[in-house]
Amino acid sequence: MILRVGIDIGSTTVKVVVMDEDNKLLFRSYERHYSKARERACETLRSIEDMLSGKDVRLVVTGSAGLGVAKAAGLDFVQEVYATAAAVNTYIPDTDAVIELGGEDAKIIFFGGALEERMNGSCAGGTGAFIDQMATLMNVTVNELDELSLKHEKIYPIASRCGVFAKSDIQPILNQGGRKEDVAASIFQAVVDQTVAGLTQGRELKGKLVFLGGPLHFLMGLRERFVDTLQLDEAHAIFPEDGDCFAAMGAALCASDYEARPFDDLLRLLEESRGATSVVDTMPPLFENQADYDAFTARHNASTPPQLDINTYVGNAYLGIDSGSTTAKIVLIAPDGGLLYTYYHSNLGNPVALVLEQLKEIYKLCGDRIKIRGSAVTGYGEDLIKNAFSCDLGLVETVAHYRAAAHFNPDVDFIIDIGGQDMKCFKIRNGAVDSIMLNEACSSGCGSFIETFAKALGYDIADFAKLGLFTQKPVNLGSRCTVFMNSSVKQAQKDGASVEDISAGLSISIVKNAIYKVIRAASADDLGRHIVVQGGTFHNDAVLRAFEQELGRDVTRPTIAGIMGAFGAALAARDLKLERSTLLSESALQSFSHSAKPVACNLCTNHCSLTVNTFDGGRRFISGNRCSRPLGKEKVELPDLYRYKYEKLRAMEGKGFGNGSRGRIGLPFGLNMYENLPFWFELFTRLNFEVVLSPESSRKLYIKGQRTIPSDTVCYPAKLLHGHVEALVDAGVDAIFYPCMSYNFDEKSSDNNYNCPVVAYYPELLAANMPDLKKTRFLNPYAGLHRPRDYERIGSQWFADTFGIPRKEAVNAIRAAYQAYDRYKEDVHHTGQQYIDEARKKGLPIIVLAGRPYHIDPEINHGINDLITSFGFVLISEDAVAFHESYAPRKVLNQWTFQARMYNAARYVCEQSDMQLVQLVSFGCGTDAITGDEMRSILEQGGKLYTQLKIDDISNLGAVKIRIRSLMAAMEERRRHDN
Amino acid sequence: MAELVYDKDGRLLFTKEMKEEYTILMPQMLPVHFGMFRQLLVLEGYKVDMLNTNHRGIIDEGLKYVHNDTCYPALLVIGQLIDAIKNGGYDSHKVALFITQTGGGCRASNYIHLLRKALEKAGLEFVPVISVNLSGLEKNPGFSLTLPLIRKLIYGMMYGDLLVNAANQVRPYELTAGDTDRMLDHWQSKLIDSFQAGRGMSRKQMRANFDAILADFETIPVSHEEKVRVGVVGEIYVKFSPLGNNNLEDFLLSEGAEPVVPGLTDFMIFKIFNREVDVNIYGGLWVKKKFCQIFKGYIEACQKDMIAALKKTRFRAPGTFEGMHKLVQGYLGDGNKMGEGWLLTGEMLELIHSGVPNIVCTQPFGCLPNHIVGKGMIRRLKDDYPNSNIVAIDYDPGATKINQENRIKLMLANAKALAKQEKGKELVGADV
Repeated sequence: MILRVGIDIGSTTVKVVVMDEDNKLLFRSYERHYSKARERACETLRSIEDMLSGKDVRLVVTGSAGLGVAKAAGLDFVQEVYATAAAVNTYIPDTDAVIELGGEDAKIIFFGGALEERMNGSCAGGTGAFIDQMATLMNVTVNELDELSLKHEKIYPIASRCGVFAKSDIQPILNQGGRKEDVAASIFQAVVDQTVAGLTQGRELKGKLVFLGGPLHFLMGLRERFVDTLQLDEAHAIFPEDGDCFAAMGAALCASDYEARPFDDLLRLLEESRGATSVVDTMPPLFENQADYDAFTARHNASTPPQLDINTYVGNAYLGIDSGSTTAKIVLIAPDGGLLYTYYHSNLGNPVALVLEQLKEIYKLCGDRIKIRGSAVTGYGEDLIKNAFSCDLGLVETVAHYRAAAHFNPDVDFIIDIGGQDMKCFKIRNGAVDSIMLNEACSSGCGSFIETFAKALGYDIADFAKLGLFTQKPVNLGSRCTVFMNSSVKQAQKDGASVEDISAGLSISIVKNAIYKVIRAASADDLGRHIVVQGGTFHNDAVLRAFEQELGRDVTRPTIAGIMGAFGAALAARDLKLERSTLLSESALQSFSHSAKPVACNLCTNHCSLTVNTFDGGRRFISGNRCSRPLGKEKVELPDLYRYKYEKLRAMEGKGFGNGSRGRIGLPFGLNMYENLPFWFELFTRLNFEVVLSPESSRKLYIKGQRTIPSDTVCYPAKLLHGHVEALVDAGVDAIFYPCMSYNFDEKSSDNNYNCPVVAYYPELLAANMPDLKKTRFLNPYAGLHRPRDYERIGSQWFADTFGIPRKEAVNAIRAAYQAYDRYKEDVHHTGQQYIDEARKKGLPIIVLAGRPYHIDPEINHGINDLITSFGFVLISEDAVAFHESYAPRKVLNQWTFQARMYNAARYVCEQSDMQLVQLVSFGCGTDAITGDEMRSILEQGGKLYTQLKIDDISNLGAVKIRIRSLMAAMEERRRHDN
Repeated sequence: MAELVYDKDGRLLFTKEMKEEYTILMPQMLPVHFGMFRQLLVLEGYKVDMLNTNHRGIIDEGLKYVHNDTCYPALLVIGQLIDAIKNGGYDSHKVALFITQTGGGCRASNYIHLLRKALEKAGLEFVPVISVNLSGLEKNPGFSLTLPLIRKLIYGMMYGDLLVNAANQVRPYELTAGDTDRMLDHWQSKLIDSFQAGRGMSRKQMRANFDAILADFETIPVSHEEKVRVGVVGEIYVKFSPLGNNNLEDFLLSEGAEPVVPGLTDFMIFKIFNREVDVNIYGGLWVKKKFCQIFKGYIEACQKDMIAALKKTRFRAPGTFEGMHKLVQGYLGDGNKMGEGWLLTGEMLELIHSGVPNIVCTQPFGCLPNHIVGKGMIRRLKDDYPNSNIVAIDYDPGATKINQENRIKLMLANAKALAKQEKGKELVGADV
């Protein structure tokens, strides 16, 4: 009898099975390898030496990390999805589909008909590692997370595409008092959505489903989410007993096809292949020797505020709180900035409780000697903390950080702050905050990133960072997002890099990410002469050193780098010069109570997920809202051209002036239809069709069409189309019309007049991927509206061929359609001008929100327009001002009509003293990688501020608020400076 | 030293003096083809160096000077050029750069502008950039794509496609490692010598050369084992360039597969055909259409020569452009022209029809046209051809080789299983 051994080496675990000839398991193990995969596998094999030693066995390796191991050791390898399929075929033969989640992979295998297998792409984090990260973020173990999730009451929408995105969705929910139970369940739901949406790609999950892999084996809450979402009963949701080891079992089954070899030889091969280093891509060391390091520390320790003793100090004091995304920082200072008390701690997902405890402590220490004369709060949790404890002032983080930096270096001209979750960089020009850069949600190579790695490798963050200081060959991991970084680290380990090399490499990659991705700088001079670095991450000497090395310039890191926000807030509180602070008194704190309740707001179509925080004495704080209506206040309606355009377009439905006798034609309300609808509406109603618009976009509509999306990295506006088209099919229209358009209208302001490839050809993608379209007539002809004379001829021919409409009738309708489109444009221009006039009469500042026409969709912009007007701005769209400017050469090829409008809008804004421009960018928009830099340079050359808001399927309004408030603060500073 | 001259929009020109003094650096996409292009340009009196560099430093330079969300090929090409100026031992005041400009709604048309922005950022704004395009986009006094030169380049492309095609069919099976590459080198220098002597540049001579090349390749001793054939399609740069696709062809070879890589000719015909289509579906001048038809007809005739030559041998021949265009009807419209447009889907269809259902579809991460014509069509192809086995692989500075290879391995495992299944069916059929 020849035994078969299967070894599955995944990204986080090693599974080993031994199987006899009847496919019965004689041994199985499932263990975490903490990145020491080979060692772990050897240990396990040695533990069963008794069973196998001296025998010939067939041994096959599988798994994502197994490939490298097998290659190095000269062992046989099978791909893991293939192995899993083999195991399922053997043990559960009537299976229709398998869902398997691993440490970093997600897979679906479809049986029945042709075998079809899918793995997550390189940008997809909804896996075991993602769950680990989220647990770290919430400061619970994975098992606790699981238990919490089973007690949920509601599910929050959390971005399911990428782990990093989800993180920035979860953080605000936690900081605003969302229940942990609900967040836990929402995390699992995100994994489910990610798997279903990302991997099914049009093929329906039905029949008998088998769930495999570690996470699905151990996490009941995750199972529950899958079963609920897919509406499965017990007979159709199979969770096999050895579901965590199926790939290893499959490998053992596949081993039948391979040669038997002496077990001892195989074990020796595996052991001897250890330690073969082949890392080629390394970088210079951070420090050559201890002396270098000592000089470095001495230099940085010079920037420090005086330390005062809170136990003896007598006098006034000022409190600053920075309620950050993962940490809470508190300082108490004397009027000269001397430190009386500092506190820095992970907020444990509950900032209110933490601040409460600290305030009690501070009051106790102060006794009667110290009087708190002012308090200020900043950071993500600003609103919550301010309301909870009645602080005197809330200020936006950028301003707080500038105050603090200027305290140490009055000449400061560049500040970079890398915190746990976010990175803020800004320039200081003429004493005012200029040009703010925040990290995009997709590249948050920040503090918590390195911390997660440290934990995954089994280290404490402080120890982990020190490891890298003196290594001679830091490994080059590039600069990239967390999800990618996981596989880079995996590869480095495979190549034999040590933990020290990786530690240093990670520190350097954080720095590169900051400099090249966030700041987009090519040299030190792009930043400034007097650079102050702060944020908890810069306490890490390896990061600080890497930053100086990369720039080739010394920078200032105050000793209190981690609490600069709080310090700045305290300085701001001091400068309020108050007689007495409104901060809750020591006695009031005794009766402090806080509860948080999730509520869905139903006052408008945004359906914001609100969290209602209730404090003792009836103080209430509602978060998650975009406008002031749920707060019980009447919504202040400042002129908003986004809303105006949206309502105007939504009204273009029905029979118009025609009689509708030719049938009902469905138009999907998405992408370029937001621009061309006036044209098509007029055309179709003139031809006596009844126009049926797809419903307003919503998350629900998105989910409806989600399973037919073939490319998970395409932009959200495009993804929404699937839901729109499906809704039109359901509405039973006679035909759906959605033309392909390579070219857009030629507005004579650009080098060419293209649409972007996605806008141009999405109809063809829908036709190929939406099975439902077979139920209706889907018309997606190529339409060339940019050549009106030709289109009369070609378009009328199409209508004759398709609907048998007389050419003459169609020609007339096309002419009318062009006129209707022109009228619409003129109306937008005219109304825009009215709004501008109104703003000027009232002295209100104006923001031009520049994006694509479809960005006026509230589901795409997540109500950012409401948010902007709620801050007292009048809001205009780019197309309402772009027409004032004519063609001008650009430094990029100006070939897309919509994008050309943004350039011209930016040029126009530069000439208007009361206007600023904010650019909306959909995540995944390829063209905006080009327009972003160009917009920035137009605006900065014109003396304006550049603000970019990145948006995706989920909104993180916290980040948007920071940007808009920073913009307001910067405008304010500038105004003060000008006067 | 040549004076720096600018046009009215402030664009630095490549002047006639520069042609004498400067070395022009050319990025590399297809080693054989571009090597021949280089030689043809040298014959025209340009000093041209082709960059064969392939190391991590290229990506780092790219990340530094190009917006990180821009497509990967832009990052690589620009990184490669800047890396060469900085570290290639050139006098930076005596180099100019070649870059192709396709025109069209894809981001790729912007490479030249991104390159100039990058040069400015790197303090190299005095380095002239020469656009190589067939659209008359940017002109330079010191460089022009004359009709005779274009004709020669077309021949260079035809030879390149034939050589690569033959080599790909021999290399996986060669008995003595290196035979194929030696033969490639031999023919490359032989062709270049004959170009120098003014030979090999007529259809008649080309046909004769084709036969001679193939006859030579047929003499290489090969084994007759069966290997899984794997098609490679995708965004043109990552499809072809080993720098862009992490040496994909080498990996496939090492996995015991035979890579089948459709050539460059179809892409050229496609780009010309697009102009003709524009007139058909949007209206325009018939003269323009006629001109395109003639140009296209010429290259198609050359392509047919190549197919005919291959058909005379034991090698498989690719299909015609026309044939591929027919296959794609009902999938995508003729108007789908940005990037690789319908051609990419067409290539997948042709591969499936010629018995290569196993395909790697390569694209830069976030490639806009490929959302539609690559990933967007795989579902439909699977419906219509259940045995099609296509894996989409994203390439970007962050994607790791291990991740990509694991997915390709899955495709290969499937391919082997499918082959087994097919064989099983045949056997069952034989029993009856």
